[in-house]
Formats: sequence, C-alpha cells, structure tokens
Amino acid sequence: MSKNKYAVNERGYYGRFGGAYIPELLRANVDELRENYLKIINSEQFKKDYKRLLDNYVGRPTPLTKVGNLSKRYGTNIYLKREDLTHTGAHKINNTIGQILIAKYMGKNRIIAETGAGQHGVATATVCALFGLECIVYMGALDIERQAPNVARMKMLGAKVVPAISGNQTLKDATNEAIRDWIANPNSFYLIGSVVGPHPYPDMVTRLQSIISKEIREQLTIETGNPNPDYVIACVGGGSNAAGAFYHYLDEEDVKLVAVEASGLGVNSGETAATITIGDVGFIHGSKTMLMQDEDGQITEPYSISAGLDYPGVGPLHAHLAETGRAQFLSVTDQEALDAAMILAQSEGIIPALESAHALAALEQIRFDKDDVVVVNLSGRGDKDMETYMKEINNL
Amino acid sequence: MNRIDQLFQNKGKDILSIYFPAGYPNLNDTVPNLQLLQDKGVDLVEIGIPFSDPLADGPVIQIAAKQSLDQGMSLKLLFEQLKDVRRSITMPLILMGYWNVVFKYGVDAFLLDCQNCGIDGVILPDLPLEEYEEEFKAKFESHGVYNILLVTPQTTKQRLAKIEKAAKGFLYMVSSSATTGGALEQSTEREDYFKKVASLDIPSLIGFGIHDKASFQHASGFSNGAIIGTAFIKALAGGTASEFVDSLL
Ligand SMILES: Cc1ncc(COP(=O)(O)O)c(C=O)c1O
Repeated sequence: MSKNKYAVNERGYYGRFGGAYIPELLRANVDELRENYLKIINSEQFKKDYKRLLDNYVGRPTPLTKVGNLSKRYGTNIYLKREDLTHTGAHKINNTIGQILIAKYMGKNRIIAETGAGQHGVATATVCALFGLECIVYMGALDIERQAPNVARMKMLGAKVVPAISGNQTLKDATNEAIRDWIANPNSFYLIGSVVGPHPYPDMVTRLQSIISKEIREQLTIETGNPNPDYVIACVGGGSNAAGAFYHYLDEEDVKLVAVEASGLGVNSGETAATITIGDVGFIHGSKTMLMQDEDGQITEPYSISAGLDYPGVGPLHAHLAETGRAQFLSVTDQEALDAAMILAQSEGIIPALESAHALAALEQIRFDKDDVVVVNLSGRGDKDMETYMKEINNL
Repeated sequence: MNRIDQLFQNKGKDILSIYFPAGYPNLNDTVPNLQLLQDKGVDLVEIGIPFSDPLADGPVIQIAAKQSLDQGMSLKLLFEQLKDVRRSITMPLILMGYWNVVFKYGVDAFLLDCQNCGIDGVILPDLPLEEYEEEFKAKFESHGVYNILLVTPQTTKQRLAKIEKAAKGFLYMVSSSATTGGALEQSTEREDYFKKVASLDIPSLIGFGIHDKASFQHASGFSNGAIIGTAFIKALAGGTASEFVDSLL
C-alpha cells in the first residue's frame, strides 16, 4: 500500500508538522535513535521477536467484537477493537513491547518513561521487568495522587516512580522531566508513550501501534468480506491508539476517520484538552504541532476527567490529518464520556477506560446509515477508573 | 560591527557572561540588573525569555522562570522594558529563549524588536540548525541579529564542522551532558572536548555548571570565557547579586 500523502518524510514532517525541535543537548541521542529505528523495525529478527511477544505475552490478536445492543441503539453496525483485552489493559503495551526490543538491540539498559494516567508507565514497567532492565518513570506529582493503583502496579513491577514537581505537575511536566533525564543520561533509552516528541518518535510509535489497523483489516475481511469499514473512531490524547487504528486506512479515502478529543468541561470552558479544536500551531516536546497555549506562547494546562487525554499537544500526524481534513476531529465532555461508559457497561458488559469512553460518546454525534460498518477502537479497560465511575454511580 | 564581535576583538579572554531571566526577581528588575552587571564590569549578558516548559533547564532556572511568568512577564513586556536600554547599556546583549515563544510572537516582529532595542544576538536552543538555515537565516541577517549556536560533548565531528560554518559571534560550549545548574565535570575527556572546540575558527564561551571564580577561571583557561546562570540567579534570589559578581572578578 502506498502511504504518500500522509506519510512522514525523512526529516520527520507530516505536511508542515513534526520535525525535531530539540536543543543540541539532545541531538546525538535523537540522531542515534533515528539512524537505527527503521533498520531494527524492518529486520527479520525484530519482526519475529515482536510478533512472538505480541501473540504470547500481550495476547494478540485482540478480538473485534460486534456489539449487538449498541448497534441497535445507534441503528448501525458497531464493532469494538478490543485493546482492553491486552495484557496490562490498554493499547500502550503494543508500543512498549516494540520500543523495549529496539532499546535492547541498541544495547541500552536503562529505560526512562513519562506517564500521565500511569497506563504507559505500567506498560513500560512491565516490559522492563520482562527484559530485566532498569526502569525510571516520571509522573506528575498530582497524577501520582490521582492514579494511586497504577503507581502501586509500577512499584510492584520494580520501576522507580519519580514525581515531577515542576510546572503543574501533570503529564506535560513529567515529559519535560523525562527529557531532562535523557539529556543527563545519553546512554539511556527514552521510551515515549504516544505519537508525540521529536522525529523519529511519532513515526516509530505509529508503526508499532499500526498492528491495530492491520488486525482490523484482517478481521473485517472475515466478518464482512471487506477490509474497509465506513468509520474508524478513536480517542486522541497524544494520539497513539488513533494513529494505530487509522494507519492502514490513511490512503483509503472512503474510510472516514474520526478522532475524538476530550473537551473536559466544554471546549470554551477554559477547562479542556481539545487541542485541535481550540489550539494553534506551536512547538511542544520537540515537535511542531497543534497545541494549547496563551497569547504569549506559554503552554497552557489542559483538563480532562481522563488523565490519559490530559495533554496540551497532539501528535504531528494528527495535526496534519486535521489540517488536510483527512480525519474529522470531534470533542466529547467529561459527562458525555461518563454516560457512554455507563451505556457500554450496561448494554454489553464491557467497562471501558475513560479515554476509550470518549470515542464511544462520539457515536452520539454522528448520523450513521443502517448499513454502515463502524469500528470503535476500545483502547483500554476501565479498572483504573473505577473510583471515578463509582463517584458517578453514587451521584445518579 | 556587531557588539559581540567587538567584544571578542577587544577582549579575547576571561570574558564573563551572565544569564538571568527577564523580570526576575521582580517584574521591573530587568534593566536594573543589566545596569548592575555593567557597572561591575561584566562583559556580556544573556536575558532569558521565560517559558512554561524550559526543557534544557534545571530546577533553579525553571523556578525562576515560573516566578517571573507568574509576575506577569512576557516577551512583549520585555521589549517594552528594553525600549531605551541602549541609552545606558553598552554591553552586548543576547536574548535566550525557547522557540515556541518567539514563533508565537512572530519571527519578523521578534527580529524587528530585537533590532530596535539593540539586541545583538539570540540563543534559541530548540530551533534546529537546518530549519534556521532554510527558513530564517536571511531574516536574522537582515536585522543584524546573531543566532548563537550550542555545541555539547556529544556533538559529532561532522556536526561540529557544520555548526562552525554556520556560527556567528561565538559558540556556546555546553560543558557537560546535563541541564543547566549541574556541576562542572573536570576530566581529561572533558578538557579534550574544550580544546577541540577552542581550536575552531570562532570564539567560544563555556556554560552550564560554572558557578564561582574557580570554575570560571578553569573554564576560561580553555576558551574565551564562560557563562554563569544558575549561580547568579541564586544570588539574585538571596539578594546578594552584587557581592556575587564581585567575588568572580
Ligand atoms: C486506555 C487509553 N486510551 C487512550 C490513551 C491516550 O493516549 P493516546 O492518545 O496516545 O492513544 C491512554 C493514555 O494513557 C489510555 O490509557
């Protein structure tokens, strides 16, 4: 399949977005990765190791579940791509398995990561335990408080969780701290959690997550005789699960791609994470992309009930998909996401992650045809969000 | 002639450069700080443009930048503060900041304001050399603003050659693999790196980890001088800026 229009160029740009806007202090680190990642990913050894681990450790392929009650509710044909059923409970592990192999082939034995909700931190701690590598996870001090169960999981897995106390003490600050650690420790491997950061990270993470759409194509072919659905819907924080779910459909222009951002208390409330909707062009964590900033170019703090969508930027691929109109960007409030989570739980017996609930809530905003085939990427399970869900149930 | 070139021509060694964030410790301290530094005999000053996400900076500069932002500092206000700075300040002045703030301000407006205020150079650590050369170099040159480039111990030979060719004024030689505010590592490996950069066709100043007279002199032994940031900010915070600069000279 040709991937021209939406593919990254050799300088790391998707259209006018991307690149590697990094201080010279990081240049050698990033160059080393850039010079190696494609060679490794395309090697037979990597392909074999990656597939074996995805099959036998992560639990792939994940099912594509046709959800009858939800289909009836929206008058169409809805399938869920079940990333919630992976080991550790979210799509994040597709990426960490791949990057840990790359780190290993590059001879790195100290791993740095950032985490917001803790899902990427857990997925990183997991693969570090598996490979016996030292693991340091930066996490905003505020997020450490909000996401206690995931902090406990990381610790049990042997990772060192370091609170990021700069800025507003959330994901953006944890990312800054992780990058600073990498500056001070050039022999470490920075294992980034989404399709963000300087080139080659957005491309590398997209490739590692592209297994999601590869499987959807195979599964839909069996299910409907056609690899292409009418819609693919995914939530976007940094954008990795969406990038993976969209990847093999990027050049199939008849497949509508829908990216769902978290609008928090509402896009104009000042308490939002709807980057594409309210942001503008800027530079964050080494990438030229869309971001939320004030008129002086200071990056503003996002808000969403979902810690995994609480990021003021978005991957450069998504900025490009939004600008070209290839993907439609919708936004969903906290309350709409909570409602969608309740609906899925009670109609299908599946408790989604709050992030994934945003993708489900978008079903309310689209008029489907009864013959449409709609795939929603269920990026993760809701175990980590039970405290938030219990509050909602007790308020009903 | 650009004041930076003039400085390196007139005074080849022991050049003392000081960094502090604009609007720190108090919002209106930018110009008074410059006056103090000039009166004490400092050669060159880098004024930091505070940013919410200073990737290359350690905790001291992060906290100072945040304080300055919380007090209402912005690039727009900085240019207002510097409007008449050339009436009293003759040292070369450099603005140091992150690319997002400059980009948001507008590159053309930024360069014009730099020129109007008498800013001689800028340090924009996260603007890559390639993007600078392709998109912005002509503009910088037409406004007479030098883009000061960084090199680090990890900078490869090929890249160093490329940077040397593109560099203006001086090279900012980062002393070690660290964010600002770390310690100055003294090793033969480090000294070889200093010597390699010092042998290039462009002057250099060593920065990161220079914090007192001894480390200043050590660094100046390998280059044209050195840059002190974190230690000066600590002195500003403690109200001992004047004594601190005295102790260096
Ligand atoms: C279940 C789940 N979905 C989605 C996300 C958002 O990340 P991304 O946009 O990179 O897929 C997260 C992040 O923590 C997550 O845990």
